[in-house]
Amino acid sequence: MSTSTKPKAKEKPTTERITGAEAVVRCLIAEGVDVMFGYPGGAIMPVYDELYKYQKDIHHVLVRHEQGATHMAQGFARASGRVGVALATSGPGATNLITGVADAMIDSTPMVCITGQVPKHLLGSDAFQETDVMGISIPVSKWGFQITDASEIPEVFAKAFYVAKAGRPGPVVIDITKNAQFGEFDFSYEKCTSISTYVPRPILDEAKLKEAAELINNAKKPYILFGQGVILSEAEAELKALVEKTGIPSAWTIMGLSAMDTDHPLNVGMLGMHGNYGPNVNINECDVMIAIGMRFDDRVTGNLEKFAKQAKVIHIEIDRAEIDKNVKTDVAIHGDAKEAMATLLPMLNENKHESWLQEFKDCDKVEFEKVIDAECNPTTDEMTMGETIKELNKITGGNAIIVTDVGQHQMVACRYADFRQTKSNITSGGLGTMGFGLPAAIGAKLGAPERDVICVVGDGGIQMTIEELGVILQTDVHVKILLLNNEFLGMVRQWQQLFFDKRYASTEMVNPNFQLIAEAYSIKCNKIDQRKDLVGALTEMMETDGAYLLEVMVGKENNVFPMVPAGAAVADIKLEP
Amino acid sequence: MPESFTIAVFSENKAGLLQRVTSSFTRRKINIESLTVSESEVPGIHRYTIVVDSLDEDGVIKVCAALEKQVDVQKAFYYRDTDIVYREIALYKVRSDSMTEGSPALAIVDKHHARILSVEPEFTVIQKTGRREQTAALFDELEPYGILEFVRSGRVAISRPMKELKTYLEELAVASTH
Repeated sequence: MSTSTKPKAKEKPTTERITGAEAVVRCLIAEGVDVMFGYPGGAIMPVYDELYKYQKDIHHVLVRHEQGATHMAQGFARASGRVGVALATSGPGATNLITGVADAMIDSTPMVCITGQVPKHLLGSDAFQETDVMGISIPVSKWGFQITDASEIPEVFAKAFYVAKAGRPGPVVIDITKNAQFGEFDFSYEKCTSISTYVPRPILDEAKLKEAAELINNAKKPYILFGQGVILSEAEAELKALVEKTGIPSAWTIMGLSAMDTDHPLNVGMLGMHGNYGPNVNINECDVMIAIGMRFDDRVTGNLEKFAKQAKVIHIEIDRAEIDKNVKTDVAIHGDAKEAMATLLPMLNENKHESWLQEFKDCDKVEFEKVIDAECNPTTDEMTMGETIKELNKITGGNAIIVTDVGQHQMVACRYADFRQTKSNITSGGLGTMGFGLPAAIGAKLGAPERDVICVVGDGGIQMTIEELGVILQTDVHVKILLLNNEFLGMVRQWQQLFFDKRYASTEMVNPNFQLIAEAYSIKCNKIDQRKDLVGALTEMMETDGAYLLEVMVGKENNVFPMVPAGAAVADIKLEP
Repeated sequence: MPESFTIAVFSENKAGLLQRVTSSFTRRKINIESLTVSESEVPGIHRYTIVVDSLDEDGVIKVCAALEKQVDVQKAFYYRDTDIVYREIALYKVRSDSMTEGSPALAIVDKHHARILSVEPEFTVIQKTGRREQTAALFDELEPYGILEFVRSGRVAISRPMKELKTYLEELAVASTH
């Protein structure tokens, strides 16, 4: 059977004559898959028939919509560090996966999506539930393959799992025609450990590392910007060692959240449009910028013409196409973040940058007075999202996995949630997919069952994938749903207020009774609109055994600040409207 | 000012790869001026020759990086016109009665060093191999005598640098197991 090492020459792996459908399941088992997410249909029924037989080996979670399957697979992958697997039928089943595939692509999430397809002889005939899933998915996936013969299955699956996880991770789509699922062949499985055309871990250029070390050692105001690459390469310890040795202030991107302790004295906060004040303005004050496993997204850089023009830029990045894409580097270190930092560390001098760090602290003081105090210690009658997250921190101790949807609540959660452990922030950063939160939280809980998983979600986003409450009911997944209800599509409304003269076009929500919906799915729930009830309600949510939905009514027209207006320079970050 | 760049992409010939290659251009709204796919000197490796003339060098570098990060793509190179020897082939269908001995049209064909590929009672097919401006010049001169049909291939190009593809592929194979 399967081995991770190559068999000796001439030694033939043992084979068994089985169907393609059974081979699919056997491949998944060989890759260590024990949880997957999917929805059956005509063109994938042979595989489902095998999943029935192998249900002791693989827990198949029946979702309510295929988009939910992809987000669950993403949440699973992000919480566990393993490859998430989603399964769907042809046609609409396959097209419903696409949003999740695109989301996983831009957020570098390892995922394998398997779709059924009409039989080979019907390809191109506009058969029932036929769609060109390869054609649709190619632009938004890392790799893909259409299997039309059963014998192709082992090699394609081995390559798919390898590609999904290797280098910069991403989603892979495997489309399998129905005849290939029925066809019999001699099955054997060997894991893929390399592909001759693909370099997952570029060989580091020692000279570049020396150049980087020289710059860092001589810097007066060095500044580290780190992203999800630290988590994906499991380089948290290397980052901590590097930061502590050099004493360099370090800021995280939204995707880098939880790669370091929130309260680490050198963690200066979050970059980006709604990030912290100091991390943004000091981009234009530093003399050496060290970007690690991040891609200079436009939400981080704002106007590139006014981004860190004074600084020497070092970019440690595994994806060659990200280097010099948005920000021109002075020293490009093309490689794995863990390996690069481990190699760089001995070249760096011990240092402290107290007065430079003080500049961040001075900014923090300004931000606290202008923004944070009012958001987290409000004196108004209306509750705020910020105070809710702050109270939640006290109960979780920062040890929960925080999954968010997209919008104001996402920015507030990312700004104020505490993180003590890595892989604790799961959010749709790049694509900004509303509807991501609830299914991703379900997947995260199944990927890290020992941890508390809290889905922070808005009243808009939850309704995009609210059908997945059915999974909580059927599969008994103990996620906590913290619904921050402002009866608006809050972030769009904020932009309408600031940039469209308060013309609130299609952003006010007439919502259903979320309590009745939760009850319909047998999910315990509560709704509060008074500050005095907040701590008790949060405590009850976390202490309840099982899933829980807590709806907190928050101010309808609150805004998220600071804010770098779209297209503005990071230094022009606004602390108030 | 954008100039003409020739991009050479090397990969195994796999279904769907052409779409991956072209989508690297289309998603950036880069128009492909010409595209030719053929075998290369290395068995199993195909070569895409793509000409773009709406990009500056920085844009070409980014597209090549995006192409090269595709799992099934081995290498992507870009060249200025001075870095390559390149040709296109053009075919012209004209009336045979305009190509009689001593006719001005025939003299034009001779002057351009074009070949008569096929002579039929009704029509004659002329072949001209050269650079774009050369095949275009012949077109312009023949046009007054009536061109019934015209087709020009995409550019094919050979690079001037001496490092062989085989060497790049060997380096890649070593790096892929790092």
